[in-house]
Amino acid sequence: MTLSTELQSETPSKLSVQRISKRYRSGGREVHALDDVSLEVGEGEFICLVGPSGCGKSTLLNIIAGLEFADDGRLFTAGAPITGPGRDRMVLFQEAALFPWLDVLDNVLFGLKLKPGLSRAERTEVAQFYLKLVGLEKFTKSYVHELSGGMKQRVALARALAPNPRVLLMDEPFAALDALTRQQLYGDLQDIWQQHRKTIVFVTHNVREAVCLGDRVALFSPHPGRIKEQFTITLPRRRDINSIELARYAIEITAALKGDVRPSDEYAI
Amino acid sequence: MKHLLRALLFFVLALVAWEALFRAKIWSPVLVPSPVSVGRYLYEAAVDGTLWDATLVTMRRLLLGYGFGIALGLPLGLLTARFRIMKDTLGLVALGLQTLPSVCWVPLALLWFGQSETAMFFVVVMGTLWSMIIATDNGVRNVPPIYARAARTMGSSGLQLWFRVMLPASLPYIVSGMKQGWAFAWRSLMAAEIYVTILSGFGLGNLLHYGRELNAMEQVIGIMFIIIVIGLLADKILFSPWEKFLHRRWGTAK
Repeated sequence: MTLSTELQSETPSKLSVQRISKRYRSGGREVHALDDVSLEVGEGEFICLVGPSGCGKSTLLNIIAGLEFADDGRLFTAGAPITGPGRDRMVLFQEAALFPWLDVLDNVLFGLKLKPGLSRAERTEVAQFYLKLVGLEKFTKSYVHELSGGMKQRVALARALAPNPRVLLMDEPFAALDALTRQQLYGDLQDIWQQHRKTIVFVTHNVREAVCLGDRVALFSPHPGRIKEQFTITLPRRRDINSIELARYAIEITAALKGDVRPSDEYAI
Repeated sequence: MKHLLRALLFFVLALVAWEALFRAKIWSPVLVPSPVSVGRYLYEAAVDGTLWDATLVTMRRLLLGYGFGIALGLPLGLLTARFRIMKDTLGLVALGLQTLPSVCWVPLALLWFGQSETAMFFVVVMGTLWSMIIATDNGVRNVPPIYARAARTMGSSGLQLWFRVMLPASLPYIVSGMKQGWAFAWRSLMAAEIYVTILSGFGLGNLLHYGRELNAMEQVIGIMFIIIVIGLLADKILFSPWEKFLHRRWGTAK
Protein backbone atom coordinates (compact mmCIF):
# COMPACT_ATOMS: atom_id res chain seq x y z
CA MET A 1 0.00 0.00 0.00
CA THR A 2 1.49 3.32 -0.96
CA LEU A 3 1.35 6.49 1.01
CA SER A 4 -0.95 8.31 -1.36
CA THR A 5 -3.58 5.57 -1.28
CA GLU A 6 -3.15 5.37 2.49
CA LEU A 7 -3.93 9.04 2.89
CA GLN A 8 -7.02 8.76 0.74
CA SER A 9 -9.99 7.98 2.85
CA GLU A 10 -11.10 4.41 2.91
CA THR A 11 -14.68 4.23 1.67
CA PRO A 12 -17.08 4.43 4.61
CA SER A 13 -18.92 1.21 5.28
CA LYS A 14 -22.50 0.32 5.98
CA LEU A 15 -23.39 -0.80 9.45
CA SER A 16 -26.19 -3.20 10.14
CA VAL A 17 -27.47 -3.96 13.63
CA GLN A 18 -30.06 -6.74 13.60
CA ARG A 19 -32.24 -7.54 16.59
CA ILE A 20 -29.59 -7.08 19.27
CA SER A 21 -30.38 -7.88 22.90
CA LYS A 22 -28.09 -7.52 25.87
CA ARG A 23 -28.65 -8.20 29.57
CA TYR A 24 -26.22 -7.94 32.40
CA ARG A 25 -26.29 -8.18 36.16
CA SER A 26 -25.57 -5.09 38.16
CA GLY A 27 -25.83 -4.93 41.93
CA GLY A 28 -27.73 -8.21 42.13
CA ARG A 29 -30.46 -7.26 39.71
CA GLU A 30 -30.71 -7.88 36.03
CA VAL A 31 -30.50 -4.90 33.71
CA HIS A 32 -32.03 -5.21 30.30
CA ALA A 33 -29.62 -2.91 28.53
CA LEU A 34 -30.79 -3.56 24.98
CA ASP A 35 -34.01 -5.21 23.87
CA ASP A 36 -34.35 -6.27 20.26
CA VAL A 37 -32.65 -3.22 18.81
CA SER A 38 -32.21 -2.93 15.05
CA LEU A 39 -30.46 -0.12 13.24
CA GLU A 40 -29.19 0.43 9.73
CA VAL A 41 -26.53 3.06 9.19
CA GLY A 42 -25.73 4.05 5.62
CA GLU A 43 -22.30 4.48 4.09
CA GLY A 44 -20.87 7.75 5.32
CA GLU A 45 -23.90 8.57 7.41
CA PHE A 46 -23.56 10.50 10.65
CA ILE A 47 -26.01 9.05 13.18
CA CYS A 48 -26.45 10.23 16.75
CA LEU A 49 -27.80 7.99 19.51
CA VAL A 50 -29.54 10.03 22.18
CA GLY A 51 -31.22 9.05 25.40
CA PRO A 52 -31.13 9.28 29.17
CA SER A 53 -28.46 7.45 31.12
CA GLY A 54 -29.02 3.72 31.30
CA CYS A 55 -30.81 3.49 27.96
CA GLY A 56 -28.19 1.22 26.44
CA LYS A 57 -26.79 3.61 23.85
CA SER A 58 -23.22 3.22 25.10
CA THR A 59 -23.68 -0.52 25.37
CA LEU A 60 -24.72 -0.61 21.72
CA LEU A 61 -21.64 1.41 20.77
CA ASN A 62 -19.39 -0.97 22.68
CA ILE A 63 -20.99 -3.93 20.96
CA ILE A 64 -20.42 -2.35 17.55
CA ALA A 65 -16.82 -1.67 18.63
CA GLY A 66 -16.43 -5.35 19.48
CA LEU A 67 -15.56 -4.57 23.10
CA GLU A 68 -18.74 -6.21 24.38
CA PHE A 69 -20.90 -8.94 22.96
CA ALA A 70 -24.63 -9.16 22.45
CA ASP A 71 -26.65 -12.01 23.93
CA ASP A 72 -28.83 -12.18 20.83
CA GLY A 73 -28.86 -10.69 17.37
CA ARG A 74 -26.35 -10.08 14.63
CA LEU A 75 -24.09 -7.24 13.55
CA PHE A 76 -22.49 -6.59 10.21
CA THR A 77 -20.14 -3.99 8.90
CA ALA A 78 -19.75 -3.88 5.12
CA GLY A 79 -21.52 -7.24 5.03
CA ALA A 80 -19.06 -9.02 7.36
CA PRO A 81 -20.12 -10.09 10.87
CA ILE A 82 -18.51 -8.28 13.80
CA THR A 83 -16.66 -10.72 16.06
CA GLY A 84 -14.35 -8.40 18.01
CA PRO A 85 -12.48 -5.11 17.82
CA GLY A 86 -11.24 -4.22 14.36
CA ARG A 87 -9.22 -1.52 12.67
CA ASP A 88 -12.17 -0.74 10.42
CA ARG A 89 -14.02 0.63 13.48
CA MET A 90 -12.16 3.13 15.64
CA VAL A 91 -13.53 4.47 18.92
CA LEU A 92 -13.37 7.85 20.61
CA PHE A 93 -14.19 7.69 24.32
CA GLN A 94 -15.36 10.37 26.69
CA GLU A 95 -11.88 10.35 28.19
CA ALA A 96 -9.23 10.86 25.54
CA ALA A 97 -7.49 7.70 26.84
CA LEU A 98 -4.15 8.87 25.46
CA PHE A 99 -1.10 7.07 26.78
CA PRO A 100 0.95 9.30 29.10
CA TRP A 101 4.21 7.42 28.47
CA LEU A 102 4.10 8.41 24.79
CA ASP A 103 4.31 11.87 23.27
CA VAL A 104 1.56 13.15 20.97
CA LEU A 105 3.10 11.78 17.77
CA ASP A 106 3.76 8.35 19.28
CA ASN A 107 0.19 8.23 20.54
CA VAL A 108 -1.08 8.73 16.99
CA LEU A 109 1.47 6.19 15.75
CA PHE A 110 0.27 3.54 18.21
CA GLY A 111 -2.54 2.25 16.02
CA LEU A 112 -0.55 2.75 12.82
CA LYS A 113 2.24 0.51 14.08
CA LEU A 114 -0.28 -2.29 14.37
CA LYS A 115 -1.28 -1.86 10.76
CA PRO A 116 0.79 -3.95 8.41
CA GLY A 117 2.33 -2.72 5.17
CA LEU A 118 3.58 0.72 6.16
CA SER A 119 7.21 1.73 6.50
CA ARG A 120 8.40 3.78 9.43
CA ALA A 121 8.65 6.96 7.37
CA GLU A 122 5.20 6.43 5.89
CA ARG A 123 3.65 5.92 9.31
CA THR A 124 5.19 9.14 10.57
CA GLU A 125 3.90 10.99 7.54
CA VAL A 126 0.39 9.62 8.01
CA ALA A 127 0.43 10.56 11.70
CA GLN A 128 1.61 14.07 10.93
CA PHE A 129 -1.04 14.42 8.25
CA TYR A 130 -3.82 13.68 10.75
CA LEU A 131 -2.29 15.82 13.48
CA LYS A 132 -2.34 18.67 10.98
CA LEU A 133 -5.94 17.88 10.15
CA VAL A 134 -6.94 18.39 13.79
CA GLY A 135 -4.75 21.49 14.02
CA LEU A 136 -2.06 20.13 16.32
CA GLU A 137 0.90 19.79 13.95
CA LYS A 138 2.96 22.00 16.27
CA PHE A 139 2.44 19.74 19.27
CA THR A 140 3.88 16.46 17.99
CA LYS A 141 6.54 16.33 20.70
CA SER A 142 4.27 17.44 23.57
CA TYR A 143 3.36 15.13 26.40
CA VAL A 144 -0.24 14.30 27.14
CA HIS A 145 -0.46 16.17 30.44
CA GLU A 146 0.67 19.37 28.74
CA LEU A 147 -2.46 19.46 26.58
CA SER A 148 -5.85 20.94 27.43
CA GLY A 149 -8.94 18.74 27.46
CA GLY A 150 -9.95 19.87 23.96
CA MET A 151 -6.46 19.26 22.58
CA LYS A 152 -6.43 15.79 24.10
CA GLN A 153 -9.66 14.93 22.30
CA ARG A 154 -8.18 16.29 19.07
CA VAL A 155 -5.19 13.99 19.47
CA ALA A 156 -7.57 11.12 20.24
CA LEU A 157 -9.46 11.98 17.04
CA ALA A 158 -6.22 12.00 15.03
CA ARG A 159 -5.27 8.70 16.61
CA ALA A 160 -8.64 7.20 15.67
CA LEU A 161 -8.52 8.54 12.10
CA ALA A 162 -4.90 7.60 11.39
CA PRO A 163 -5.41 3.87 10.73
CA ASN A 164 -8.05 4.95 8.21
CA PRO A 165 -11.13 3.24 9.64
CA ARG A 166 -14.38 2.99 7.72
CA VAL A 167 -16.51 3.58 10.80
CA LEU A 168 -15.90 6.02 13.63
CA LEU A 169 -17.62 5.32 16.96
CA MET A 170 -17.82 8.24 19.37
CA ASP A 171 -18.99 7.81 22.97
CA GLU A 172 -19.81 11.26 24.40
CA PRO A 173 -16.39 12.50 23.32
CA PHE A 174 -17.06 16.16 24.14
CA ALA A 175 -19.07 15.73 27.35
CA ALA A 176 -16.19 16.66 29.66
CA LEU A 177 -15.18 19.80 27.74
CA ASP A 178 -16.15 23.41 28.33
CA ALA A 179 -18.83 24.93 26.10
CA LEU A 180 -16.53 27.07 23.94
CA THR A 181 -14.11 24.24 23.22
CA ARG A 182 -17.05 22.02 22.44
CA GLN A 183 -18.51 24.46 19.91
CA GLN A 184 -15.15 24.71 18.18
CA LEU A 185 -14.98 20.94 17.96
CA TYR A 186 -18.53 20.67 16.53
CA GLY A 187 -17.38 22.81 13.63
CA ASP A 188 -14.10 20.99 13.14
CA LEU A 189 -15.67 17.57 13.35
CA GLN A 190 -18.21 18.49 10.67
CA ASP A 191 -15.43 19.81 8.41
CA ILE A 192 -13.29 16.72 8.88
CA TRP A 193 -16.23 14.43 8.28
CA GLN A 194 -17.09 16.21 5.04
CA GLN A 195 -13.50 15.99 3.76
CA HIS A 196 -12.81 12.44 4.96
CA ARG A 197 -16.14 10.73 4.87
CA LYS A 198 -16.60 8.08 7.57
CA THR A 199 -19.68 6.36 8.86
CA ILE A 200 -20.06 7.90 12.31
CA VAL A 201 -22.06 6.62 15.27
CA PHE A 202 -22.10 9.31 17.93
CA VAL A 203 -23.50 8.69 21.41
CA THR A 204 -24.60 11.67 23.48
CA HIS A 205 -27.18 12.73 26.02
CA ASN A 206 -27.10 16.26 24.67
CA VAL A 207 -29.98 16.74 22.22
CA ARG A 208 -28.63 19.93 20.69
CA GLU A 209 -25.29 18.30 20.09
CA ALA A 210 -27.02 15.43 18.34
CA VAL A 211 -29.05 17.75 16.11
CA CYS A 212 -25.97 19.81 15.32
CA LEU A 213 -23.92 16.82 14.18
CA GLY A 214 -26.23 14.08 12.97
CA ASP A 215 -27.89 13.33 9.66
CA ARG A 216 -30.19 11.27 11.78
CA VAL A 217 -30.95 11.15 15.48
CA ALA A 218 -32.08 7.87 17.07
CA LEU A 219 -33.86 8.37 20.35
CA PHE A 220 -33.40 5.63 22.94
CA SER A 221 -35.72 4.85 25.83
CA PRO A 222 -34.51 2.97 28.90
CA HIS A 223 -35.55 -0.14 30.88
CA PRO A 224 -35.36 -2.01 28.59
CA GLY A 225 -33.17 -0.12 26.12
CA ARG A 226 -34.97 0.38 22.83
CA ILE A 227 -34.97 2.80 19.95
CA LYS A 228 -38.09 4.82 20.50
CA GLU A 229 -38.11 7.20 17.59
CA GLN A 230 -35.85 8.42 14.81
CA PHE A 231 -35.54 11.90 13.38
CA THR A 232 -33.91 12.91 10.11
CA ILE A 233 -32.16 16.25 10.37
CA THR A 234 -32.23 18.09 7.07
CA LEU A 235 -30.50 21.30 8.14
CA PRO A 236 -27.74 22.43 5.78
CA ARG A 237 -24.11 21.97 6.85
CA ARG A 238 -22.00 23.32 8.43
CA ARG A 239 -24.44 23.69 11.30
CA ASP A 240 -24.15 26.17 14.12
CA ILE A 241 -25.19 24.82 17.52
CA ASN A 242 -26.67 28.24 18.39
CA SER A 243 -28.96 28.57 15.37
CA ILE A 244 -32.68 28.92 15.86
CA GLU A 245 -33.62 26.24 13.29
CA LEU A 246 -31.45 23.81 15.19
CA ALA A 247 -33.14 24.75 18.45
CA ARG A 248 -36.56 23.93 16.91
CA TYR A 249 -35.45 20.38 16.15
CA ALA A 250 -33.95 20.08 19.60
CA ILE A 251 -37.18 21.16 21.25
CA GLU A 252 -39.18 18.63 19.25
CA ILE A 253 -36.82 15.78 20.14
CA THR A 254 -36.60 16.83 23.77
CA ALA A 255 -40.39 16.72 23.97
CA ALA A 256 -40.33 13.15 22.66
CA LEU A 257 -37.60 12.33 25.17
CA LYS A 258 -39.46 13.80 28.14
CA GLY A 259 -41.73 10.82 28.61
CA ASP A 260 -38.78 8.63 29.56
CA VAL A 261 -36.83 10.90 31.78
CA ARG A 262 -37.04 10.38 35.49
CA PRO A 263 -36.10 13.30 37.71
CA SER A 264 -32.83 11.57 38.61
CA ASP A 265 -31.64 11.44 35.00
CA GLU A 266 -29.65 14.34 33.78
CA TYR A 267 -29.74 15.49 30.22
CA ALA A 268 -29.16 18.73 28.45
CA ILE A 269 -31.13 20.43 25.74
CA MET B 1 23.50 27.97 44.10
CA LYS B 2 22.08 29.64 47.16
CA HIS B 3 20.69 26.32 48.36
CA LEU B 4 24.01 24.61 47.81
CA LEU B 5 25.88 27.24 49.79
CA ARG B 6 23.41 27.00 52.61
CA ALA B 7 23.73 23.21 52.76
CA LEU B 8 27.52 23.47 52.62
CA LEU B 9 27.59 25.98 55.44
CA PHE B 10 25.36 23.76 57.54
CA PHE B 11 27.61 20.75 57.16
CA VAL B 12 30.78 22.73 57.83
CA LEU B 13 29.21 24.06 61.03
CA ALA B 14 28.15 20.56 62.03
CA LEU B 15 31.71 19.32 61.55
CA VAL B 16 33.08 22.20 63.59
CA ALA B 17 30.62 21.46 66.39
CA TRP B 18 31.63 17.80 66.28
CA GLU B 19 35.33 18.68 66.51
CA ALA B 20 34.56 21.06 69.39
CA LEU B 21 32.72 18.29 71.26
CA PHE B 22 35.70 16.02 70.74
CA ARG B 23 38.12 18.63 72.10
CA ALA B 24 35.92 19.34 75.10
CA LYS B 25 36.80 15.80 76.21
CA ILE B 26 33.43 15.16 77.78
CA TRP B 27 33.43 11.59 76.46
CA SER B 28 36.24 9.17 75.89
CA PRO B 29 37.81 9.55 72.40
CA VAL B 30 37.02 5.85 71.93
CA LEU B 31 33.33 6.72 71.95
CA VAL B 32 33.52 10.06 70.17
CA PRO B 33 36.42 10.18 67.75
CA SER B 34 37.31 13.42 66.04
CA PRO B 35 36.08 14.03 62.51
CA VAL B 36 39.73 14.36 61.54
CA SER B 37 40.48 10.81 62.67
CA VAL B 38 37.44 9.54 60.74
CA GLY B 39 38.75 11.37 57.68
CA ARG B 40 42.21 9.94 58.25
CA TYR B 41 40.80 6.42 58.50
CA LEU B 42 38.88 6.80 55.28
CA TYR B 43 41.93 8.22 53.53
CA GLU B 44 44.18 5.40 54.70
CA ALA B 45 41.61 2.73 53.89
CA ALA B 46 41.22 4.25 50.44
CA VAL B 47 44.99 4.35 49.88
CA ASP B 48 45.65 0.79 51.00
CA GLY B 49 42.65 -0.41 49.02
CA THR B 50 40.55 -2.05 51.75
CA LEU B 51 37.77 0.49 51.27
CA TRP B 52 37.51 -0.05 47.51
CA ASP B 53 37.71 -3.81 47.86
CA ALA B 54 34.98 -3.87 50.48
CA THR B 55 32.77 -1.49 48.47
CA LEU B 56 33.26 -3.62 45.40
CA VAL B 57 32.40 -6.83 47.24
CA THR B 58 29.28 -5.29 48.74
CA MET B 59 28.10 -3.67 45.51
CA ARG B 60 28.64 -6.87 43.56
CA ARG B 61 26.53 -8.82 46.05
CA LEU B 62 23.88 -6.15 46.06
CA LEU B 63 23.60 -5.61 42.31
CA LEU B 64 23.64 -9.33 41.51
CA GLY B 65 20.90 -10.12 43.99
CA TYR B 66 18.91 -6.99 43.27
CA GLY B 67 19.11 -7.42 39.50
CA PHE B 68 18.03 -11.02 39.77
CA GLY B 69 15.20 -10.14 42.16
CA ILE B 70 13.87 -7.46 39.80
CA ALA B 71 14.25 -9.63 36.72
CA LEU B 72 12.31 -12.42 38.40
CA GLY B 73 9.80 -10.28 40.30
CA LEU B 74 8.60 -8.27 37.31
CA PRO B 75 7.36 -11.19 35.18
CA LEU B 76 5.98 -12.97 38.26
CA GLY B 77 4.07 -9.80 39.17
CA LEU B 78 2.64 -9.65 35.65
CA LEU B 79 1.56 -13.28 36.00
CA THR B 80 -0.18 -12.72 39.35
CA ALA B 81 -1.99 -9.75 37.82
CA ARG B 82 -3.02 -11.71 34.75
CA PHE B 83 -3.99 -15.12 36.12
CA ARG B 84 -6.34 -15.58 39.02
CA ILE B 85 -4.69 -18.86 40.01
CA MET B 86 -1.29 -17.14 40.26
CA LYS B 87 -2.79 -14.45 42.46
CA ASP B 88 -4.38 -17.03 44.75
CA THR B 89 -1.11 -18.92 45.15
CA LEU B 90 2.07 -16.99 44.46
CA GLY B 91 0.40 -13.64 45.13
CA LEU B 92 -0.57 -14.74 48.61
CA VAL B 93 2.93 -16.05 49.31
CA ALA B 94 4.44 -12.76 48.13
CA LEU B 95 2.07 -10.76 50.29
CA GLY B 96 3.03 -12.78 53.35
CA LEU B 97 6.76 -12.90 52.76
CA GLN B 98 6.91 -9.20 51.93
CA THR B 99 5.99 -8.45 55.53
CA LEU B 100 8.91 -10.57 56.77
CA PRO B 101 11.97 -8.36 57.44
CA SER B 102 14.47 -9.81 55.00
CA VAL B 103 17.20 -10.13 57.62
CA CYS B 104 15.09 -12.97 59.00
CA TRP B 105 16.24 -14.99 55.99
CA VAL B 106 19.87 -14.92 57.17
CA PRO B 107 19.74 -17.91 59.57
CA LEU B 108 17.97 -20.02 56.97
CA ALA B 109 20.36 -18.94 54.23
CA LEU B 110 23.35 -19.91 56.40
CA LEU B 111 21.92 -23.34 57.10
CA TRP B 112 21.09 -23.97 53.47
CA PHE B 113 24.09 -22.46 51.75
CA GLY B 114 26.73 -22.19 54.47
CA GLN B 115 28.92 -19.12 54.82
CA SER B 116 29.03 -18.50 51.09
CA GLU B 117 28.27 -15.90 48.47
CA THR B 118 25.16 -17.89 47.63
CA ALA B 119 23.80 -17.21 51.09
CA MET B 120 24.31 -13.46 50.60
CA PHE B 121 22.77 -13.63 47.14
CA PHE B 122 19.78 -15.47 48.54
CA VAL B 123 19.20 -12.90 51.28
CA VAL B 124 19.35 -9.99 48.83
CA VAL B 125 17.00 -11.72 46.38
CA MET B 126 14.51 -12.36 49.18
CA GLY B 127 14.69 -8.67 50.07
CA THR B 128 13.91 -7.59 46.52
CA LEU B 129 11.68 -10.23 45.00
CA TRP B 130 8.49 -10.02 47.04
CA SER B 131 8.07 -6.29 47.02
CA MET B 132 8.76 -6.29 43.27
CA ILE B 133 6.02 -8.88 42.69
CA ILE B 134 3.57 -6.93 44.83
CA ALA B 135 4.40 -3.59 43.18
CA THR B 136 4.09 -4.94 39.63
CA ASP B 137 0.84 -6.71 40.42
CA ASN B 138 -0.52 -3.59 42.06
CA GLY B 139 0.65 -1.44 39.14
CA VAL B 140 -1.14 -3.55 36.56
CA ARG B 141 -4.32 -3.60 38.63
CA ASN B 142 -4.28 0.18 38.81
CA VAL B 143 -3.99 0.73 35.06
CA PRO B 144 -7.14 2.60 33.98
CA PRO B 145 -9.24 0.03 32.05
CA ILE B 146 -9.82 2.61 29.35
CA TYR B 147 -6.18 2.24 28.21
CA ALA B 148 -6.65 -1.42 27.44
CA ARG B 149 -9.99 -0.75 25.75
CA ALA B 150 -8.55 1.99 23.59
CA ALA B 151 -5.57 -0.21 22.68
CA ARG B 152 -7.81 -3.13 21.77
CA THR B 153 -9.88 -1.02 19.37
CA MET B 154 -6.60 -0.15 17.63
CA GLY B 155 -5.83 -3.82 17.13
CA SER B 156 -3.65 -4.45 20.17
CA SER B 157 -4.02 -7.81 21.89
CA GLY B 158 -2.15 -10.55 23.72
CA LEU B 159 1.52 -9.96 24.45
CA GLN B 160 1.58 -6.76 22.42
CA LEU B 161 -1.09 -5.33 24.72
CA TRP B 162 0.86 -6.41 27.79
CA PHE B 163 4.23 -5.09 26.73
CA ARG B 164 3.12 -1.93 24.94
CA VAL B 165 0.28 -0.84 27.22
CA MET B 166 -0.07 -2.64 30.55
CA LEU B 167 3.63 -2.64 31.38
CA PRO B 168 4.40 1.01 30.56
CA ALA B 169 1.12 2.10 32.16
CA SER B 170 2.21 0.39 35.41
CA LEU B 171 5.62 2.09 35.40
CA PRO B 172 4.90 4.53 38.25
CA TYR B 173 4.10 1.60 40.53
CA ILE B 174 6.93 -0.53 39.24
CA VAL B 175 9.53 2.17 39.84
CA SER B 176 8.36 2.74 43.40
CA GLY B 177 8.44 -1.03 43.89
CA MET B 178 12.01 -1.10 42.58
CA LYS B 179 12.92 1.62 45.07
CA GLN B 180 11.36 -0.25 47.92
CA GLY B 181 13.08 -3.45 46.81
CA TRP B 182 16.37 -1.60 46.76
CA ALA B 183 15.87 -0.33 50.29
CA PHE B 184 15.00 -3.82 51.55
CA ALA B 185 17.91 -5.44 49.73
CA TRP B 186 20.41 -2.84 50.94
CA ARG B 187 19.31 -3.14 54.56
CA SER B 188 19.24 -6.92 54.55
CA LEU B 189 22.67 -7.15 52.95
CA MET B 190 24.19 -4.84 55.55
CA ALA B 191 22.59 -6.85 58.33
CA ALA B 192 23.87 -10.09 56.82
CA GLU B 193 27.39 -8.75 56.36
CA ILE B 194 27.58 -7.51 59.93
CA TYR B 195 26.19 -10.76 61.21
CA VAL B 196 28.17 -13.26 59.14
CA THR B 197 31.78 -13.41 58.03
CA ILE B 198 32.15 -14.80 54.58
CA LEU B 199 35.68 -15.66 53.61
CA SER B 200 35.15 -15.17 49.90
CA GLY B 201 34.88 -11.41 50.35
CA PHE B 202 35.05 -8.71 52.97
CA GLY B 203 32.19 -6.28 52.50
CA LEU B 204 31.41 -2.92 54.07
CA GLY B 205 29.31 -4.63 56.73
CA ASN B 206 32.31 -6.75 57.70
CA LEU B 207 34.48 -3.65 58.03
CA LEU B 208 31.85 -2.09 60.24
CA HIS B 209 31.73 -5.21 62.38
CA TYR B 210 35.52 -5.37 62.80
CA GLY B 211 35.61 -1.68 63.60
CA ARG B 212 33.52 -2.50 66.64
CA GLU B 213 35.62 -5.52 67.58
CA LEU B 214 38.76 -3.40 67.47
CA ASN B 215 37.13 -0.52 69.30
CA ALA B 216 38.00 1.59 66.26
CA MET B 217 35.14 4.07 66.38
CA GLU B 218 36.58 6.13 63.53
CA GLN B 219 36.31 3.04 61.33
CA VAL B 220 32.69 2.42 62.39
CA ILE B 221 31.67 5.99 61.66
CA GLY B 222 33.73 6.15 58.46
CA ILE B 223 32.06 3.03 57.06
CA MET B 224 28.63 4.29 58.09
CA PHE B 225 29.42 7.42 56.11
CA ILE B 226 30.34 5.35 53.05
CA ILE B 227 27.11 3.35 53.38
CA ILE B 228 25.11 6.58 53.41
CA VAL B 229 26.96 7.88 50.35
CA ILE B 230 26.25 4.68 48.42
CA GLY B 231 22.57 4.93 49.35
CA LEU B 232 22.43 8.50 48.09
CA LEU B 233 24.30 7.68 44.89
CA ALA B 234 22.00 4.74 44.20
CA ASP B 235 19.05 7.06 44.52
CA LYS B 236 20.57 9.56 42.10
CA ILE B 237 21.97 7.12 39.55
CA LEU B 238 19.47 4.28 39.67
CA PHE B 239 16.16 5.97 40.36
CA SER B 240 16.37 9.66 39.56
CA PRO B 241 16.36 9.13 35.78
CA TRP B 242 13.24 6.96 36.03
CA GLU B 243 11.49 9.40 38.29
CA LYS B 244 12.35 12.30 36.01
CA PHE B 245 10.94 10.32 33.11
CA LEU B 246 7.72 9.66 35.02
CA HIS B 247 7.35 13.26 36.14
CA ARG B 248 7.88 14.56 32.63
CA ARG B 249 5.51 12.14 30.94
CA TRP B 250 2.79 11.79 33.54
CA GLY B 251 3.01 15.41 34.65
CA THR B 252 3.07 14.45 38.31
CA ALA B 253 4.45 16.85 40.88
CA LYS B 254 8.20 17.37 41.07
